[in-house]
Amino acid sequence: MSRKKIREHDAKKMLSTNLGRYGYADLQLEVALADAGSVEDNFQKLIRENPWLKTKKLVVKPDQLIGKKGKHNLVLLNADFDGAKKFIKENMGKTLEVQGISGVLTHFIIEPFVEHKEEYFLAIVSKRNEDTILFSDKGGVDVEEHWDRLIQIPVPIDANISDTDVKNSLGTISLPDDKKEKLASFIKALHKYFVDFGCTYIEMNPLAFSNGGQLVPLGLVTELDDCAFFKCESKWAGLEFPEQFGRKKYPEEEFVAELDDKTGASLKLTVINPDGKIWLLVAGGGASVIYTDTVVDLGYGKELGNYGEYSGDPNEEETYQYSKTVIDLATRKNGKVLIIGGGVANFTNVANTFKGIIRALREAKAKLQKNKMQIYVRRGGPNFEEGLKMMKGLGKELDIPMEVYGPETHMTKIVELAIAHMSGV
Amino acid sequence: MQTYELFSKNTEAFIYNLKAAPIQRMLDFDFICKRSKPSVAAVIQPGGDGYHKAFFGTSEVLIPIYSTIAKAALAHPNADVMVNFASFRSAYPSSKEALETKTIRTVAIIAEGMPEREVRQLVVLAQKNKKMIIGPATVGGITAGAFRIGNTAGTIENIISCKLYRPGHVGFVSKSGGLTNEMCNVIGRTTDGVYEAIAIGGDRYPGSTMLEHMLRFEQNPEIKMIVGLGELGGDEEYAIIDAKKKNLLKKPIVMWVAGTCAKMFPGEVQFGHAGAKTGKQTESADAKNKALRESGIIVPNSFEDFDKTIATTFQSLNLPAINEPEVPRLPLDYDAAVKKAMIRKPTNFISSISDDRKDEPYYAGIPMSKLIEEDYSVGDVISLLWFKKKLPKYATKFIETCIIIAADHGPAVSGAHNAIVAARAGKDTVSSLCSGLLTIGPRFGGAIDDAARYFKDGCDKGMSAEQFVDDMKKKGILIPGIGHRIKSAKNPDKRVELLKEYAKKNFPSHKYLDYALAVEQVTLKKADNLILNVDGCIGVLFVDLFDSCSEFSKEEVSEMVELGYLNGVFVLARSIGLMGHVFDQKRLKQPLYRHPWDDILFL
Repeated sequence: MSRKKIREHDAKKMLSTNLGRYGYADLQLEVALADAGSVEDNFQKLIRENPWLKTKKLVVKPDQLIGKKGKHNLVLLNADFDGAKKFIKENMGKTLEVQGISGVLTHFIIEPFVEHKEEYFLAIVSKRNEDTILFSDKGGVDVEEHWDRLIQIPVPIDANISDTDVKNSLGTISLPDDKKEKLASFIKALHKYFVDFGCTYIEMNPLAFSNGGQLVPLGLVTELDDCAFFKCESKWAGLEFPEQFGRKKYPEEEFVAELDDKTGASLKLTVINPDGKIWLLVAGGGASVIYTDTVVDLGYGKELGNYGEYSGDPNEEETYQYSKTVIDLATRKNGKVLIIGGGVANFTNVANTFKGIIRALREAKAKLQKNKMQIYVRRGGPNFEEGLKMMKGLGKELDIPMEVYGPETHMTKIVELAIAHMSGV
Repeated sequence: MQTYELFSKNTEAFIYNLKAAPIQRMLDFDFICKRSKPSVAAVIQPGGDGYHKAFFGTSEVLIPIYSTIAKAALAHPNADVMVNFASFRSAYPSSKEALETKTIRTVAIIAEGMPEREVRQLVVLAQKNKKMIIGPATVGGITAGAFRIGNTAGTIENIISCKLYRPGHVGFVSKSGGLTNEMCNVIGRTTDGVYEAIAIGGDRYPGSTMLEHMLRFEQNPEIKMIVGLGELGGDEEYAIIDAKKKNLLKKPIVMWVAGTCAKMFPGEVQFGHAGAKTGKQTESADAKNKALRESGIIVPNSFEDFDKTIATTFQSLNLPAINEPEVPRLPLDYDAAVKKAMIRKPTNFISSISDDRKDEPYYAGIPMSKLIEEDYSVGDVISLLWFKKKLPKYATKFIETCIIIAADHGPAVSGAHNAIVAARAGKDTVSSLCSGLLTIGPRFGGAIDDAARYFKDGCDKGMSAEQFVDDMKKKGILIPGIGHRIKSAKNPDKRVELLKEYAKKNFPSHKYLDYALAVEQVTLKKADNLILNVDGCIGVLFVDLFDSCSEFSKEEVSEMVELGYLNGVFVLARSIGLMGHVFDQKRLKQPLYRHPWDDILFL
């Protein structure tokens, strides 16, 4: 959904292969990607496909959308291939913690080491009415300390970069004229690529002239608009969007993700705290965020077990499978309240989706009783009267404490009630 | 209409892409708002034309369909709104064209998942042409008592309970379409109701911003207070704060930014909306709520207090009560009434042989997959669809044998002849086939039923063969199934031989065949060609089959013989041959046939 970052390896490969057709032919990047398979076959395939690995001095770093690599001692500079192999073997599968999130290292990008002097910063940012090209002649790790040196070149959304005098805009930076010319033509081509390839953000830091006089992006971040997939499918050929670093999924989350893939409806589950007391079974993308907010705003964020939502009129079976998963998690440890919430539905048949939830609740009777779970329901929309009536009946049938409300009650009132009850327990 | 107004009671709209449900919902809303004219002027459907039928109250109206926006705009210069239901793939060109059409002022884009750049291009185009975009990725919006975009505000029951059929004094704007519904409910309960509710859509770059709508609300004297629901991500809310600081927004604004829970999640979280993702600290919901509060906008402590905050703010306005209009009762749709068991009606048709309402077709209760997996034959299918029985193997094999035997009898017989003549006249397959089939009757191929009937009757009554022949003679009826133009006792019909042989070998009993053969012995005494012919043989053997396979009661057997099942066997079989002749003639490119004069006796 929407903006997605891609691996630096893929970004460099895609840029290097395609920049030529936008009028800049001098970018030829050599780049390879090592994964667990590379270690297994002792890098045989990698060498076959990238013979330069054996002859050049190399740079190796993890390629998993981790920021600030240099600060984690994870960049190997100016090594030979044996050194690179050793580095990758040592680090592959290692757990790393970045800003409180720990993840496993699985991919490394390998490139030739480029001798250079000055380091620049170049980025293209999307804004509502324009793309903004940002350039600084003080790039590298400390770019933010020289933010005042940033040159901004706006390209209005309905303008063509060819009509923009990029070279003149680079104005005050101290570069010989031929290099400035080269940089300007690189930027123009890059912007055309940016537009054509559905990019929303490109950052080159650092960007440098090699000692041979070639412009080389040493670090490259590329973010794509995945809604442009249908237009860019052939251009992005084979591109994959890696998972966010360090987010290991619970089996229940994976199960719900699979359910979600199979249906036209939307089913989402994120486990926040398996030991939490408050569990959410909420309909609607917007409403689910607000229910979650309310738990947090009332000061009980640390007791929140999950975030999740079902919407888009899932059928009874899908709702059952989803509810079963949430209820199972909720009753496994300390779950004390279950919030079956939702706004006033547009067209989702409330009675039908409730049938699925009721089936799951009925099956979990013993577990719910064991946890002394209290259930709070609030919902409106088509057939809500019937749905609420069924819920009330179920509470009696299962002998589980349940409070049921309709659209006349404020949407998040049940969160307040649940928390009041829970604090008393 | 004022520039700050988008919709009025007279607004007419185009619907791009024929979507029957939202059109009906718009017209239902029009009806309960007592609009004089429906709000949908026309449908634009690429490649389509004609009319779409919809209800306006109890009566039906025809909504014209045009193939292009240009044609629709030419015919309906008063329509200034286009509700675009094109998919995310094609929403761009159609929206662009609408924004470039002089008479269209507002375009609502429903599609979710449009590329950012396409939307940004539309935004710039709209700014240039002074047009309004609502969406994409939205349900749209609603102006109470005046105009509704597509599905906004859900069911008619919800619209009535939120009093959206008449204007209140609150302007509402949010990103989320789903929550617009809930917020209409909240505003309906805590104030005198919504004047207008707009959902700008959850994309990062919505076609119009929350601020643009708030500024319209500010200018509109009918709107006395503004409610906003923002969310984390993006910087929309800061534009509102800026406007507030510049004193461009003077009316009371109650606003909440959803997504305060994001801080509980590790790393970046993408919630339901494309735009709901925080990067910078200032894009967080907490930061936005704080900044809004500091600028003088009324911000509750949590969503939980939102309704109370709206209520208090509204009460402080001290507005006079609204004179509540009477709401016309919307007739219930037939389907909805049936679902609620409120009405019933007798059916006009019955079917007992097949059912296609489930996920696969059923023949006499047996699902298609079983037919295929268990290798059912054509004979089985005929038994199921004609006799509603699963018959034993020898019986279905017999049915198939009859079909093979009766499939064709050369080009000279009357049916084939007619089919050939029709085919040569350039008629299509179905017409040529029918031309052949229409010759089937008492003299050609249609004797099977009658033969079965008479032989069964004679045999059941215990008449001797001689009595039977005499009886028929007295009645002046030629015995159906007896006699052949060419074949005779000395030159027997091979087809009849094969059938007799099969029955004698496989049938539990064949008393009707035996009876017919006894009759044949009597008729042969009169002439050599008065043999039991193929029609007669098939006829009596079917009676034997029904009688002896123990699947049918006596009454059922009589009924089947009466209903004309057996001629059906001939019609089915011969269709194969007739079509063969038709294809043959077409393949051979045979010209129109004209019968020669010298073959006709002119009197």
